[in-house]
Amino acid sequence: MARARAALRRGFDRVERGLDAAFGPDWNPMAQLGPLGWFLFWIVLGTGIYLFIFFDTGVTEAYGSVRWLSTDHWWHAGVTRSLHRYASDLMVVVMFTHLVREWAFDRYRGARWFSWITGVPVIWFVYLSGITGYWLVWDRLAQYVATISAELLDAVGIFGEPIARNFMSPAQLSDRFFTLMVFLHIAIPLLLLLAMWIHIQRITAARTNPPRGLAAIMLGALIAVALVLPAPLQGPADLATVPQRLGIDWLLLGLYPVIESVPAGVIWAGAALFTIGLIGMPWLPPRRDGRAAEVFLDHCNGCERCVADCPYAAVRLAPRSDGAPFRFEAVVDPSRCVACGICMGACPSSSPFRRSGELITGIDLPDQPLAALRDEVIAAGRALGDTPGTGRVLTLACGWGAGAGSTAPGRVGVPCAAMVPPAMIDFIISRGLADGVCIAGCAERECHNRFGVAWTEARFARTRDPYLRERVPRERVLTVWAGPTETGRLGEELDAFARRLAAMPPYERIRPLEDAANRAAPRRRQRSVAG
Amino acid sequence: MKGRLRHLAIGGLVSLALTLATAVLSAWPSWQSLPEDSALIRVSFSVSGARNCRDRTAEELAALPRNMRRKRVCERRRSPVRLSIGIDGATLFDAAIPPGGLSGTGPSRVYRRFEVPAGDHRITLRLQTDPAAPDKAVTAVHEVTLDPGQNMAIDFDTTTGSFVLY
Repeated sequence: MARARAALRRGFDRVERGLDAAFGPDWNPMAQLGPLGWFLFWIVLGTGIYLFIFFDTGVTEAYGSVRWLSTDHWWHAGVTRSLHRYASDLMVVVMFTHLVREWAFDRYRGARWFSWITGVPVIWFVYLSGITGYWLVWDRLAQYVATISAELLDAVGIFGEPIARNFMSPAQLSDRFFTLMVFLHIAIPLLLLLAMWIHIQRITAARTNPPRGLAAIMLGALIAVALVLPAPLQGPADLATVPQRLGIDWLLLGLYPVIESVPAGVIWAGAALFTIGLIGMPWLPPRRDGRAAEVFLDHCNGCERCVADCPYAAVRLAPRSDGAPFRFEAVVDPSRCVACGICMGACPSSSPFRRSGELITGIDLPDQPLAALRDEVIAAGRALGDTPGTGRVLTLACGWGAGAGSTAPGRVGVPCAAMVPPAMIDFIISRGLADGVCIAGCAERECHNRFGVAWTEARFARTRDPYLRERVPRERVLTVWAGPTETGRLGEELDAFARRLAAMPPYERIRPLEDAANRAAPRRRQRSVAG
Repeated sequence: MKGRLRHLAIGGLVSLALTLATAVLSAWPSWQSLPEDSALIRVSFSVSGARNCRDRTAEELAALPRNMRRKRVCERRRSPVRLSIGIDGATLFDAAIPPGGLSGTGPSRVYRRFEVPAGDHRITLRLQTDPAAPDKAVTAVHEVTLDPGQNMAIDFDTTTGSFVLY
């Protein structure tokens, strides 16, 4: 399973690199599948409301009104109908790609189980919305869908009269049936909207709008296809005959030929297994995330930076409980924490320069605390040698990008690029542990932990706390955002960076660790005397 | 072309191709639900089976209080209904349909569809609502000509006690 997932992840990465070139990383549709799903939903909703103005409910009126709007008024209502249909189909494509991608990127287990299982009802509501929509047209396809659906429902055996009796002959179908279908076609999409809203509840600042450029591209493509290839009508339904050959919407109705061909019990069992299997996936097997972040109140002043930066709403503020003169303290919800360490990188107390006592920060990762990260950085720096100006690069690599798992000298692994406090970059350069620092994170289009790339860039650009200090020479800092299949590019960029560093004069303001320790020691003594 | 203009152009083309593929898949390839030379017979009705009744014996009646001495008693559960459908001398369907409801107090309901070759057929129907009275079964024979793609519905009218073909 893990191998299949890794292979699929690499496959996605390769495809997405191509789409990076076509759209640009920030407009890459593969990194915007969730927002695109929302965007398509709004298109379907808007076009549906417009179509409802022209739709008549009735055995003959339903088809008549759809035919009228598709032919006589094709230039507005017909195009709207095509948009309604194709946006619904694209929503299915986006939804399943999103599902497979989240599985491949292992973002469905551990603390992220909630988003996964709340996505399961979304799948069914999308299908039910589509199916009830097809009934309303009351053409030959609608007749086929209605009959097969009714036979499938009748197999459950909970309805008094078989629903399929309604479609036995023309005399048995009433106008009220269409009123019921209109109600269902409004109610189910509203339930879908509710399910989509619940789906995004456990993530911070959920993106529900794609970038405007991408939205414009998608809408333009939909309108163009709606004009070139209008959604077909397949002749009025006629219950005296059976639709023999049909143009099927394979995306929304692809299961109907299967439903028609196998016993209803198999279909219901398959649907139940699919649903239960999907819901159970986060625990088959569960992911063992690192231990949740811990708050150390002696070093926390309730500044809220960790709350603002956590991508999963796992940190919140609570009234101070230790009597310290601050209003709030940070509190971690372990059930939501994925141990990405972004909170640690955001904490102003995360300063590796501190030498008085044990290095503890306000919010820390038990499995890779700041003190251990500093030790790893020092060890990696020593592995690079101690001759300044030779192009030594210390790389802090996230666990999901091109640098993941590498044991090359000077390489330190972190769960997320934004786990690295900016002060650590300053520490590495000013203590002469390396001539330059490289942050190697996920591909720019999308961070595994949602905001790792964005927060790191913003901290380095000094637009988001904690800032990278101005004294850090920017020419000695490199960020490489590269996916798992871009190890070659990462290597090339590191080589080029090392050559640039080697060509520079050695950094002048180095205070080696030993010197800093020696200078700090008398100060501590002085403090002690003064105290 | 540089930057965003290039992304709009190339990204637009990629999106157009994806949307076009989606639109094509929304109607093609077509599906043959029923072979061209076939027709469909749908049978559906709702008929109540007979009540299982008997007369109480004199001893049973004597054991009851005077105000409860009703001679005839019936079980709650109805009898199953037996339906047989034949076509051109062959049996298409022959089964006992149980009564509906948790306690079997409701009518027996049936819905079945049969795919048959188009053309002339002799359809024989037999419905028996009381297992104890096979001679009271309703029978019918119909000579029909089914066109390709025709949907023939067979219902049972409980008021007239006869089969109805649409």
